[in-house]
Amino acid sequence: MNLLKVSPSPHIRGEMTTQRVMLCVLISLVPTVIASGILFGLPALALISTCVVSSIFFEFVTRIIMKREQTIGDLSAAVTGLILALNIPPSLPWWMAVIGCFVAIVIVKQLFGGLGQNFANPAVVGRIVLMLSFGSAMTTWTDPKYHNTFNPLFDGYDDVIASATPLTREFPEARASYLDLLFGTTTGCLGETCAVALLIGGIYLIIRKIISPVTPIAFIGTVGLLSFIYGITDNGVMYGLEHALYQMLSGGLILGAFFMATDYVTTPITNKGKLIFGIGCGLITFIIRTFGSYPEGVSFAILLMNIVTPYIDRFTMLKPIGAVKEEKAK
Amino acid sequence: MRKIKGIHLKHNKNTASCQTEKFPIPKEVLIPMNMNMGANSEPVVKVGDHVNIGDKIGDSNAFLSVPVHTGVSGTVKEITEIHAVNGKCKAIRIETDEQQTVSKNIKPPVINNRDDFVKALRESGLTGLGGAGFPTHIKHNPSVPIDILVINAAECEPYITSDHRQMLEDSDAVIGGIKLVMKHLNIPQAVIGIEGNKPDAIKLLQDKTKSDSNITVKKLPSVYPQGAEKILVFNLTGRLIKEKQLPSDQGVIVMNVSTAAYIHTYAKTGMPLTERRITVDGDLIKKPCNLFVKIGTPVSEILEYAGCDMEKLRKLIMGGTMMGMCAYDINTVISKSNNAVLAFKKTAEKKMTNCIRCGRCIKACPLNLMPTELEKAYYRKDSTTLKKLRVGLCMNCGCCTYVCPAGRQLAQINQLAKNLI
Repeated sequence: MNLLKVSPSPHIRGEMTTQRVMLCVLISLVPTVIASGILFGLPALALISTCVVSSIFFEFVTRIIMKREQTIGDLSAAVTGLILALNIPPSLPWWMAVIGCFVAIVIVKQLFGGLGQNFANPAVVGRIVLMLSFGSAMTTWTDPKYHNTFNPLFDGYDDVIASATPLTREFPEARASYLDLLFGTTTGCLGETCAVALLIGGIYLIIRKIISPVTPIAFIGTVGLLSFIYGITDNGVMYGLEHALYQMLSGGLILGAFFMATDYVTTPITNKGKLIFGIGCGLITFIIRTFGSYPEGVSFAILLMNIVTPYIDRFTMLKPIGAVKEEKAK
Repeated sequence: MRKIKGIHLKHNKNTASCQTEKFPIPKEVLIPMNMNMGANSEPVVKVGDHVNIGDKIGDSNAFLSVPVHTGVSGTVKEITEIHAVNGKCKAIRIETDEQQTVSKNIKPPVINNRDDFVKALRESGLTGLGGAGFPTHIKHNPSVPIDILVINAAECEPYITSDHRQMLEDSDAVIGGIKLVMKHLNIPQAVIGIEGNKPDAIKLLQDKTKSDSNITVKKLPSVYPQGAEKILVFNLTGRLIKEKQLPSDQGVIVMNVSTAAYIHTYAKTGMPLTERRITVDGDLIKKPCNLFVKIGTPVSEILEYAGCDMEKLRKLIMGGTMMGMCAYDINTVISKSNNAVLAFKKTAEKKMTNCIRCGRCIKACPLNLMPTELEKAYYRKDSTTLKKLRVGLCMNCGCCTYVCPAGRQLAQINQLAKNLI
């Protein structure tokens, strides 16, 4: 007679698993990876692979050293590595990228207890550490129009020019066109330039119900709205519109809003909280881009909002249906 | 009107078109004494006694109790103690005889007023047939006036179709029972709530109640847990049963559709509750079916009848897949509140990871609870937070556990957490 298994109800389970969630995120980034391969050539793909592999390696080793259950199977390390890779310039030396992955996986994620326990987005902190440590390498941009392995004019990465980032408003002639911003034929990090690829991935995640559209809409919307108002005060309505569109499409905003500000672990859990988070990110990004000394503020905005997430969560708790106010103890 | 949400489950109503068959009288039955919510009954027969169909074999003086009757005639062989799925209790083993004689005491009850009605309900041994097993006579004796009778025919659990078959096979009893309750409890109107995945039952009952303006049939979205009392009442009447309230505090009585039908049958025949309709299904059952079984019938015989592959059996569920209880033994018996027996070859398990804070449990909870926060508070033994987040409201519907990608046992933790507050 075989034994019957007894367990508490429910006795059926939905199909979604942590691994599947992470797999969906990886799938959603495939268009972006392809785009960066086309735009920046094979070295870009090599750099992306380096980040993914080293992130998985760091997670593997840390779990062994800490004598904890192995977790690389949940694919979260691969997601972190991939997102970090998309946040670095194509010309960044590979060893710097590996340092970024080390910071992200070992320091930000595993030392806090692994998946689900970290308070800040590992990829965001990884990027910020690289930014502060290797400032010039992290702001050396490659223009895919001239530096592409698939381009007959390609003359190697050794000859990288320190091209202006599309966000530098002082050089109007260096600014990319809207078409450039949409298809990524402009300077920028590996995965942030091609808006179309990012949007395809983002919409895929929304349709698969992996992420809620609230955060990205609030984030990008806030940046757009504030830039519009700022543009009007600067140079009239038409310029305001142009400025808003430009701000929304350029830099790491779309990548950040869809793939980093929607990280489950480090952002608020309710829709109301997500709205506050998105608006906060948008506000900080706008302030840094407009008034700060850095041309880009998406990562700092996300990190700062990560830090206040527990407070947002506390103030956006749901009211249970049927709950009555507790009577004060006399 | 705003409705409380739910989650979408695969319905698996494989037996929806299976006419209920009469299950043969088993050689012996084992009738447990704890089939209702509240106090257990005490046996009122002795070993060696001869009992006839409908004889009372157990009773109790406690307030929350109902008597137990036998559905077979035969000899009391043993009074023993068993571990039923819902706890330890006494049980009476009866060896059935050839004659199957009906007790002479069985005659329709005389009901002239509300007191007679409530007394008759108690004598019928009736408990809610939907699953919780609340004594019907207590539910039908509210101290406040009731203005709506809500009939629960949602049957939101996957697989189960016993209520559905009740409506299709004997809709007159359903309506008769509703009318009886309305008449004796002086309730002006009744609403029957049926999930949209049973269009035939909705149509049939709508046709049958055409002439009664005070009985309405309402179609409900087919989402789980539509049949949970609080949700059903809100979605049908717009009334919200608040914390620590009973449905009667909102002027409502909620009754399962099969319970209503049984009241009608009892009023007509006087035969106590000794038999019920169950659904037998699951991936190991070759012949999914609906059966009329005597209470106390061993599940092993039912499984055999339905062609269950016993070698592969790993999981046996008494009731639905979302809220039913696991049996640990195939000799478990059918009790009054069992509406299904489900046999599976695999247990649904998911690899457990850390909570990834995806918020799916919060979105899934029909009552807007925050299961992940409750779980964390439980592990810190933080009773203040548990109270603040209203863990007491959790009805263990299991939606949170079902949707959790990290495979966490959220619903179970909520039940454990209730002990901390």
